[in-house]
Amino acid sequence: MSFTVPAQLEAEIDKLITHYPVKRSASLMVLHSIQENFGWISQEAVEWTAAKLGLQPINIYELVTFYPMFRQEPAGKYQIKVCRTLSCALGGSHQLHKHFCGKLGLDAHAHGLQTTGDGKFSVEFVECLAGCGSAPVMMCNDDFYEGVSHSKADEIVRSCA
Amino acid sequence: MPSECRLILKHADEPGYTPDIECYARHGGYEVLKKALTLPPKNLSDGKTINPPEQIRDDVKLSGLRGRGGAGFSCGLKWSFVDRKSGKPIYLICNADESEPGTFKDRQIIHKDPHQLLEGMIISCFANDVHLAYIYIRGEFPEGARILNRALQEARAKHFLGKNILDSGFDLEIHVHRGAGAYICGEETGLIESLEGKRPYPRIKPPYFPAILGLYMCPTIVNNVETLCAVKHIVAMGASEYARLGTPNNTGTRIVSLSGHVKRPGYYEIEVGRVTIGELINDPAFGGGLRDGRTLKAVIPGGSSAKVFKAGEKFRLKRKVEGKDVEQEVGMLDLPYDFDSLIAAGSMSGSSAIIVMDDSTDIVEALANIAEFYAHESCGQCTPCREGSLWMSKALHRLTHGEGRKSDADYLVKIADNIPGGRTICAFGEACSWPVQSFVAKFREEFVVKGAADEERRAKENKTAEPIAKAELAVSSRH
Repeated sequence: MSFTVPAQLEAEIDKLITHYPVKRSASLMVLHSIQENFGWISQEAVEWTAAKLGLQPINIYELVTFYPMFRQEPAGKYQIKVCRTLSCALGGSHQLHKHFCGKLGLDAHAHGLQTTGDGKFSVEFVECLAGCGSAPVMMCNDDFYEGVSHSKADEIVRSCA
Repeated sequence: MPSECRLILKHADEPGYTPDIECYARHGGYEVLKKALTLPPKNLSDGKTINPPEQIRDDVKLSGLRGRGGAGFSCGLKWSFVDRKSGKPIYLICNADESEPGTFKDRQIIHKDPHQLLEGMIISCFANDVHLAYIYIRGEFPEGARILNRALQEARAKHFLGKNILDSGFDLEIHVHRGAGAYICGEETGLIESLEGKRPYPRIKPPYFPAILGLYMCPTIVNNVETLCAVKHIVAMGASEYARLGTPNNTGTRIVSLSGHVKRPGYYEIEVGRVTIGELINDPAFGGGLRDGRTLKAVIPGGSSAKVFKAGEKFRLKRKVEGKDVEQEVGMLDLPYDFDSLIAAGSMSGSSAIIVMDDSTDIVEALANIAEFYAHESCGQCTPCREGSLWMSKALHRLTHGEGRKSDADYLVKIADNIPGGRTICAFGEACSWPVQSFVAKFREEFVVKGAADEERRAKENKTAEPIAKAELAVSSRH
């Protein structure tokens, strides 16, 4: 599989690198850019990033395996992240997670990210999203939703055209 | 009547207040920066002069400002530790990794008033001779990062950033750096490692005190979002005026994140120590009380790592009454919400996040939830924390899934007691142990009863299962 970074993205990445006196510092920002563009971070992307920053692939790979937000495989087009942690749990986030899984035909008890067969939706639990005052909270891709009732959840799913 | 005292969030929720620079300017934005950059040198009676940056540093020390991120350490002292003679550049990092469960105050500032943070940061950088600074924002705030980047662009265009800011001769650039979902990045040395493009493994202290060996082994200041905003107000009001807010040794205002089983969860800015926990939970100006028909069971007073308080708990605290130190009994709800009172009561105000639990809460489930968080977030560097946090989570998982044991309460405490206290590189060891130690100590009965019930049930199941198993064994041994 060949891995080509579009010229515009590479220009953005080159600019990011100038923000730091040491190139390696840009690792996380470059990985964010790549994941935003490709949806996940492949082995080729790891190697490309390492070469770009003058590092060994292991220096990048160890980041992809550590930081929870980086994905080593493609996820759904719409990624639903439900907050699992205490305040949201007290506010019904586990029922919300179950509701999403039920609605989308996913296993609520399986560990980690669950993706629908058509690749349209992924559902996962994440740790505290810092929205505890309006529990339960969730994200759908970059959008943040507060006080999500089950009917609001259905609306969110419907709006993902 | 207790009420909010909005200093940092003064404008944030006003109708029509927007996060752009024009709106900020209309509300007096960047005037304090102008004041800071044009402060005249102060001449002392002994002939010495104090330059403007040093004056600001003195003011921050005098103001009594304590870090709003979690540890509550004096900001002025932190700044005074910075090695200014090393010849190396000094860096400043704004810790916007807000990730202590229960906390959502920095999100409000970033989203609603980003320029206030920038102004506070620029002043702090000027005061500390910093020319390159970063905002380390958690990965889960993509919109926050966009808002900050927009704000930075606007500030550059108005010449509040860049070379020779407002013709003062001071240069500064600030960049946004995004995390990627790891709680440990909130620990300042872990954050520095992460900003260097590595796994966020906290560094051992000594020797790696950020003030001396921080980012790129240079002197580095790491301050919380709210702390940096407070600096702006200290310079605006003057140190003594700022210190008049709050209570002695607990000065200024603080944004409290209130969540859980209250009628009006939300963020409330208060004068530190001028409002009690009970008022925060029950007063109509704040939490508005518990949901109807419910009674209070427990309160986590400072983010999920703070030791839990049980409803009805009483503490013996030293207090000043008419100038004299006397010991007084204080009920949990009557504790003033400040740094020192909560420490005296055996917990902490941490990141000023209060999580309220009413009598509908299964306390074992609640602790299992917290323990799972810490098991997930331990960076894995130190064995006691990596293994201990996971063992505790596993024991609590079985307790909440019908597989508990009567002895689990003791087992949990035994593990928790062996993680903190200098056995780990960073304070995560403490953070994951304190909830377990305090929940089990204060609600022991619930853990024991649950474990005992599971044991009894399994014993019954084994009895009925035994003859079947024997018969099966007999059949299988015949083949």
